[in-house]
Amino acid sequence: MVKIERYRKNIGTLTKEENEKLSSFRICVVGCGGLGGYIIEMLARLGIGHITAVDSDVFEESNLNRQLLSNTETLGKHKALIAKDRIRLVNNQVELTPVVERISDSNAESILKGHDVIIDAVDSIDARFVLQNVASKLDIPFVHGAIAGWYGQISTILPGDNTLAKIYPDRCKEGLEKEIGNPSFTPAMVASVQIAEVIKILFKKGGLLRNKLLYVDLLEHDYITVDLH
Amino acid sequence: MSIEVRLFATLREGRDKKIYVDYEEGLNGNAIVEKLNIPKDEVAIFLVNGRDLALDKELKENDVISIFPPVGGG
Repeated sequence: MVKIERYRKNIGTLTKEENEKLSSFRICVVGCGGLGGYIIEMLARLGIGHITAVDSDVFEESNLNRQLLSNTETLGKHKALIAKDRIRLVNNQVELTPVVERISDSNAESILKGHDVIIDAVDSIDARFVLQNVASKLDIPFVHGAIAGWYGQISTILPGDNTLAKIYPDRCKEGLEKEIGNPSFTPAMVASVQIAEVIKILFKKGGLLRNKLLYVDLLEHDYITVDLH
Repeated sequence: MSIEVRLFATLREGRDKKIYVDYEEGLNGNAIVEKLNIPKDEVAIFLVNGRDLALDKELKENDVISIFPPVGGG
């Protein structure tokens, strides 16, 4: 039974029927760091019924500047397990399954199957290609997001699309973030756009960033939608 | 005649946001990137007139190029 008062402010943006339906969806969030922390928080507050949170890492001091699930008491603890603790506090109607594993070709299919949408919150280009390939094989929409410094990008990849090949050609082995780091504000923004994409996929409404990349530059305020057809 | 090159994010550091390169026959994306001294692994998305194009394809007069570096953090 969905508690109506908790979700009163969802209504209007979502219909009552859509809001009721949120609890039936299963979303897989791969990565529980900068993007993942905000993504998991927003999914739980919205009222998504089941979240799978995947991350093999533990929190380190250098995560504290941006990763919502990190604090001085969670240092050294597994990010995915802390996600479960956090969501119990935020919304105990949401079921969160932590998976303390690094996504790879060998485990991706078993972790990702059975979800309605897969969300990219990983920090490696190689891992993103694993997610795109397996999501396509499993016929599951995949919402890409990435951050570096003042910059971020988002794209929605539906089964059969090979959007990542256009975003990360072979000549690019790693991103700008290795040089310019990640501050607190960029992941929050990119995560928000990813969640909006997820909701639109789930309810088949609005315009998706399919075959498009939203490129965000918070330094110069360039918000450009690149056509990747 | 020239080709307009629009640079994004960190590619603007030490360069202008918008650069004009003189057109010459046979000019392609690889040559543009070399002229601007941009390492190849910093060229993630290369658009010509708003569409994705391989670096070895020949360019035309008055083409407008946009170059975005790779963003990969999470």
